[in-house]
Amino acid sequence: MASVTLPAPKPVASTPPTREHYLNANYGIRSWLLTIDHKRIAILYLLSITVMFALGGLAATVIRVELLTPEGNLVSADDYNKLFSAHGIVMIFFFLIPAIPSVLGNFLIPLMIGARDMAFPRLNLASWYVYIVGGVFGLYAIVTGGVDTGWTFYTPYSTAWSNTRVVPVILAAFIVGFSSIMTALNFIVTIHRMRAPGMTWFRLPLFIWSMYATSLVIILATPVLSITLVMLLIERVLRVGLFDPALGGDPLLFQHLFWFYSHPAVYIMLLPGMAVISELIANFSRKRIFGYRFVAMASLGIAVFGFLVWGHHMFVSGQSVHAGLMFSLLSYLVAIPSAVKVFNWTATLYKGSVSLQTPMLYALGFIALFTIGGLTGLFLAALAVDVHLTDTYFVVAHFHFVMVGATMMAYLGGIHFWWPKMTGRMYPEGWAKAAALLIFFGFALTFLPQFMLGYLGMPRRYHAYPPEFQVLNVMSTAGASILAVGYILPLVYLFWSLWYGRPAGPNPWGASGLEWETSSPPPTHNFDETPIVTTGPYYFRRQVRVIDLGSSNAEVRELAHMNRPNQPGGSK
Amino acid sequence: MPGFPIIPEQASTAAWRVDAVFFLLSALTAFFTLLVGVLIVYFAIKYRRRSEDEIPEQTTGGNKLEIFWTVTPLFMAMGVFAVAAVVYIQMQDAPPNAMEVYVVGRQWMWKVIHVDGQEEINELHIPVGRPVKLIMTSQDVIHSFFVPDFRVKQDVVPGRYTTMWFEATHPGRYHLFCAEYCGTEHSGMIGWVTAMEPSDYEDWLGGTVRTSEGGASTTSPAAAGEALFQDLGCASCHRATGDGPGPSLVGVFGKPVDLASGQQVQVDDAYIRESILNPAAKVVKGYQPVMPSYQGRATEDQLIQLLAYIKSLGAANPTGSGR
Repeated sequence: MASVTLPAPKPVASTPPTREHYLNANYGIRSWLLTIDHKRIAILYLLSITVMFALGGLAATVIRVELLTPEGNLVSADDYNKLFSAHGIVMIFFFLIPAIPSVLGNFLIPLMIGARDMAFPRLNLASWYVYIVGGVFGLYAIVTGGVDTGWTFYTPYSTAWSNTRVVPVILAAFIVGFSSIMTALNFIVTIHRMRAPGMTWFRLPLFIWSMYATSLVIILATPVLSITLVMLLIERVLRVGLFDPALGGDPLLFQHLFWFYSHPAVYIMLLPGMAVISELIANFSRKRIFGYRFVAMASLGIAVFGFLVWGHHMFVSGQSVHAGLMFSLLSYLVAIPSAVKVFNWTATLYKGSVSLQTPMLYALGFIALFTIGGLTGLFLAALAVDVHLTDTYFVVAHFHFVMVGATMMAYLGGIHFWWPKMTGRMYPEGWAKAAALLIFFGFALTFLPQFMLGYLGMPRRYHAYPPEFQVLNVMSTAGASILAVGYILPLVYLFWSLWYGRPAGPNPWGASGLEWETSSPPPTHNFDETPIVTTGPYYFRRQVRVIDLGSSNAEVRELAHMNRPNQPGGSK
Repeated sequence: MPGFPIIPEQASTAAWRVDAVFFLLSALTAFFTLLVGVLIVYFAIKYRRRSEDEIPEQTTGGNKLEIFWTVTPLFMAMGVFAVAAVVYIQMQDAPPNAMEVYVVGRQWMWKVIHVDGQEEINELHIPVGRPVKLIMTSQDVIHSFFVPDFRVKQDVVPGRYTTMWFEATHPGRYHLFCAEYCGTEHSGMIGWVTAMEPSDYEDWLGGTVRTSEGGASTTSPAAAGEALFQDLGCASCHRATGDGPGPSLVGVFGKPVDLASGQQVQVDDAYIRESILNPAAKVVKGYQPVMPSYQGRATEDQLIQLLAYIKSLGAANPTGSGR
């Protein structure tokens, strides 16, 4: 991106091994727990959400093993219900929603726009503490008995009939919502106010556009969830009739309020994934994203239309036929900006310089899984077909393709791409490619059979099932085993690379973007001098190796002024 | 089902239509997935990076292309929406000759009440070739009545009646699942729908009457409702002659009635239910809101009996509607 008028490329300090950066600027537990550096906060989030992912994954493992046989014979029905509830709650509220924004977003937004930090560094740290408090509440509830409502908390089951730990879990989800709101608020203000000189809106990387759209959705939708959860608590604790018909309430009201948040929440999980993918596709094709403005506007289109489709979760709930028709129509409209993005990503490869390194494998995997996940969403938006498919394994497969398949591919692709920037070290490419392939094929084998299970009629959240569904369930569990190996591998080799990885240098990929103009890992203040941006994003120039005379390393340095004649200026 | 089926049995009149939309969508999915997949693989090979410092010619998007791939999927999407919506609307309203059956869901069983008084648990016997309309409610939490082989599903919601209908096309035993998570034994809240030739169905009706909790109930819900109408004291106000403090209920079902508020309402299952549990909500024009609520005084089964009785007051044969 952004050809930058670098201040005279000054020779780097004469002793590179001791160069000060954000990781070695100071040591000790206090320097981490009280940090207001967006990069360190990103690392704190990285560690926390990895723990949560491991816990959610553990629950999924038991679920898949239980479903190997038709009889419910591994865990009791109650325990099974608590397991899928814990899996959903932990993965959605504590992993997928925060994952890309709070790790990659926190780390990259200031770097990408040429800022020294977020607009509100202390609020940023506070958001992590709020996340931790929410997480502790959630784990406390699960350890002291768990909850069996599913992540959807449908009333009146959750308010009047479940005798599990509903209250602390609701509090956990309530609290962690504020963490999202704080982060999103910070992103919006940062993107508006902290851009480097010359960084106009249409010079922003698409990562920033997508994060901006995500933040808008978070700010507008999360408060509705918070209010809904409080209403749920009021009914459960004080017996005030809001949702329970026995108390004069309306159970469908809860569903409307819940999905008003939870459908946009799908885009909270997906848009950051799209943010990452735009960067990966551009950088591993060395091409400006095809139709940059259309992709940017598609992000905003998804954010807006995403608010108008919640009722497609309720086609058989007893909602009126007219409402069903409107929500179905609008759901078809929200598919269009997603299709536009897929076409533009694909077109970006055309006549590019395509390198299939690990992050790109993840990016292409994302496009494949997202295409399938998105298109199967059309089945569920189709009224007549949804009647048959809703609440079956088809839905489970669909939302795992979109929220897990696509988002995880983007998250892992992003982690690999920016790992050298975050740590200063390269990961081992061979292992990483193997893991990416295992994850892709393991995922497909896990969830493709579930589409078939769904159309054949297997309902979701079933502890035991009729024997004719067994073959497909065994395939799914086999796939999940491969997937588990694929997920464990990066944990191991990324950890290993912290000590044994090859030093990365500032820009190991020949990538464009302000974050690659600073050293790896970046100094605490990100840039020695505020960058001045003179061109649009995805501006690729020839890489020249410059031997730094003061250093023993040959570092890849971009030569600042080798403009190519056919480059457009600031915007398309 | 022999071999490795891709779709469930097509056992209702709606099944093939739903499957047709499903296959249309599957074809679209296969087309676009292959299109994108093939292009990605082709581009990734043809335009692979040939040297480390390669910088490709920069192509930028064109508005015509962008509009093309925005508008084309839009038209396709609208087409699929319309087809699926039409099939859905056809599945909504039960034909007027539909046979009515009452269903009460509760943790964790399905109770079925036929208009002739047969009661079943986790079983539903129906004749083939005749539309069947289910009028359903729940005693506790939300359940969902799902028969995959019929391609129908409807949530069963406490505090209200929801309806669904289907017409079985050939005899057989078909899975009945609860599709909305409802607690511990959710996956045990399953049963069978048995579709029978009409003559076999008549035999079944004439056979031993099944009841849920002992006590052979041979009375139809309408007859039970008539007794209840006396026991609960409804009859003292809702006199057939219409000169009581409440309006006469004879012949009102299915007809519009003017309200004190000046609005009009169609007398249907939902209105009867509401008027018993929350009488002040929609008072009939010319009457005072003096009726007490029967919330908590009538069970779901009894509400169904009262409903069946009030329906029967409008019909020629007072003890059995629809047969």
